[in-house]
Amino acid sequence: MTMSTQHDAALEQPHPNARRSLAGFLKHWLFTTNHKDIGTLYLCLSLTMFFVGGAMALVIRAELFQPGMKVVDPDFYNVLITMHGLIMLFAVVMPAGVGLANWQIPMMIGAPDMALPRLNNMSFWILPCAITLLASTILMKGGGPNFGWTLYAPLSTAFGPPSTDFLIFSVHMLGISSILGSINIIVTIINMRAPGMTWMKLPMFVWTWLVTAFLLLCIMPVLAGAVTMMLADRNFGTTFFDAAGGGDPLLYQHLFWFFGHPEVYVLILPAFGVISQIIPTFSRKKLFGYGLMVIATAAIAFLSLTVWAHHMFTTGVPLGAELYFMYATMLIAVPTGIKVFNWVATMYRGSLSFETPMLFAIAFIFLFTLGGFTGVMMAIAPSDYQYHDSYFIVAHFHYVLVPGAIFAFLGAIYYWLPKWCGRMYDERLGQWHFWLTFIATNVTFFPMHFLGLAGMPRRIPDYALQFSNFNAVASVGAFIFGFAQLIFLYNVIHTIRSGKKATAQVWDGAEGLEWTLSSPPPYHSFQTPPKIAP
Amino acid sequence: MAHAQSKYFVPKPSYWPLLGCIGLLTFFVGAAHWLHHVWYGPYLLFLGATIVIMMMIGWFGRVIHENRTGLHNDQVDHSFRWGMMWFIYSEVLFFACFFGALFYTRLWSVPELGGELHPITHILLWSDFTAQWPLMRTPDNSEFTGPASLSSPWGIPALNTLLLLSSGVAVTIAHWGLRHGKRAVLIGGLIISILLGATFLFCQGMEYHAAYTEHGLTLDAGSYGSLFFILTGFHGAHVTIGATFLTIILMRSLAGHFTADNQFAFEAGTWYWHFVDVVWLMLFIFVYWL
Repeated sequence: MTMSTQHDAALEQPHPNARRSLAGFLKHWLFTTNHKDIGTLYLCLSLTMFFVGGAMALVIRAELFQPGMKVVDPDFYNVLITMHGLIMLFAVVMPAGVGLANWQIPMMIGAPDMALPRLNNMSFWILPCAITLLASTILMKGGGPNFGWTLYAPLSTAFGPPSTDFLIFSVHMLGISSILGSINIIVTIINMRAPGMTWMKLPMFVWTWLVTAFLLLCIMPVLAGAVTMMLADRNFGTTFFDAAGGGDPLLYQHLFWFFGHPEVYVLILPAFGVISQIIPTFSRKKLFGYGLMVIATAAIAFLSLTVWAHHMFTTGVPLGAELYFMYATMLIAVPTGIKVFNWVATMYRGSLSFETPMLFAIAFIFLFTLGGFTGVMMAIAPSDYQYHDSYFIVAHFHYVLVPGAIFAFLGAIYYWLPKWCGRMYDERLGQWHFWLTFIATNVTFFPMHFLGLAGMPRRIPDYALQFSNFNAVASVGAFIFGFAQLIFLYNVIHTIRSGKKATAQVWDGAEGLEWTLSSPPPYHSFQTPPKIAP
Repeated sequence: MAHAQSKYFVPKPSYWPLLGCIGLLTFFVGAAHWLHHVWYGPYLLFLGATIVIMMMIGWFGRVIHENRTGLHNDQVDHSFRWGMMWFIYSEVLFFACFFGALFYTRLWSVPELGGELHPITHILLWSDFTAQWPLMRTPDNSEFTGPASLSSPWGIPALNTLLLLSSGVAVTIAHWGLRHGKRAVLIGGLIISILLGATFLFCQGMEYHAAYTEHGLTLDAGSYGSLFFILTGFHGAHVTIGATFLTIILMRSLAGHFTADNQFAFEAGTWYWHFVDVVWLMLFIFVYWL
């Protein structure tokens, strides 16, 4: 045997599912430095927390099904909406994105693993610790955090329950995980590409993650600073956000939204990357306008750092600021629109087939665009005076997040699971899952546009009678949505355990280095860099 | 350094990261309990900190060992360099958050409360408040009593600037010594750099003591106190980390670990030290001086 094959043989480990003692099983998953294992861990965490956050959503919708307080008391309702938001953003969408990044990026660039594999392990295992700390606040004396996921001062500083300090430290931990993970992703993409994998050959999913990781490094330290100032105001008598000492509650909002706006692009950019992988495969056509897609991604990210105060139009910021932020926000629609046009142009005259990943991707294009339209509506500052803090906003962000990020990630799982585990999922169950989810999503969130325009405020546990009907409809949709996800859970588990064997190619239109590997790929892939055609 | 063909080193499974997570969780839970005056808070905090430090010693020790046994090739070295640069970038953004808060408070919220921008806020809230910076008298001076006095920026703060700048020069000279194989210069430069950094910390400690005992400049002395201590406090913490880093580099230099083409950790230490120096310059200009 040559040196390299001896080395490879030494590194080969038994398949993760091989029969093993409990101690061996735990050690494998706790100490792994393998990007595939860590990707799996992130995705399993994300799916579990999806049901936890989803259960909270169902309690919320159960309360809102009818007027009157029927299910929970108002303070606990506030805790539910706070935790639902925090969990869905920080414990579901972000870990799902990172899980996909971990699985796919090294395979897509021909790298043996991430640049810093042990750091990769820590980035993951911080999350269960942070999420446990976060979730434990619900059980603490004084109740859990009840001031919305945006943690606005002074509600959080002067009036927040004792558990708020635990929440702040949980946010610190989540931030550390993201920062370390982002450093790893950036360094991997810069330094670990196989020879010949030039920048303009990179798959779009890799580009979107490069940009996302950069955004995370810009914003997570600012969030850390903001919640540290919150901690200080709560415990050390500082007055960052207290005008009595010369501070300003709006300072919190500026700092938070400097983090918060790019954060939503962190949530959606990897989804954009997924769509850019799925659409060309099922159109059997190269992505239209690759170069512009790269530039548009960078433009969206850069612009997203400059528009934060569009979340603050109604707070009394000066007119000049309102005008600037309005124009800058509307500008983001341009590169986003370019992406949507390019996806559609990819499909145009393509040889289309409608397997489950493609269904989710096409639904994404329509419904995310709808969410984007309402976003442009809200960007118009005088109009936003009517929409702000109403259900119109709730409709907007659920459209961009649920049929946006979530659909893209569901599509990604259907798309890549056969590669990861070497078995095909059940297409019929996939179709059932898609159609139920698609219909339920719209039944749940479309009426919220009307509720908002009719004047229903957000974050309220009870509402005026005129809002009853649409709330009832939305609640029915939410429950259908929730139970439809069980089909997905069953499909994933069944596929992994006993699905039909998949080929290496899996999808006939798929292109990229990951499809050159076997299904499942070797535990350590590309230990020698692949040859890449010029 | 191994030749270009050799494989990128992918570490075996390791328990250090998980230990770090446990340490972090223990630390933060301890901190929260301490803030709530629960008796075991401080113990958990120190236990957590100890676990994190043990993790760092074990993990970095492992990486140093892998380096010493020739497992790192040039590509791994590049990963470490890029990683350190992006880490420092995230730290820059962390300080940018607090500087942002400083500029916002100085240029917006204090003048606004004093009626200098639009009259209505000043008329409705604390109409006897005059905007000034440093904020010696807060809008609600009975609730948050501003500092009685401040020390001159041209006293200890200016000395501190000199100390850190000289420290940066010293570490650069040490680097020159490393690159030219002059061991005495390397060791001497590092020792001077660390001593200057330690002196800085000592002087900052004295300043903090004076601030609390003589000037009434405390964390709860209004926005000036809040911003002063959070900016200089986090800076001091980073100087401590940097000085510790340099001390470890000194120990490794004494053991002869570094050569002209195996010096990532040395350079990482100097980069971090220069970063800390630049932050201090910004602090000196915008917190102490202007």
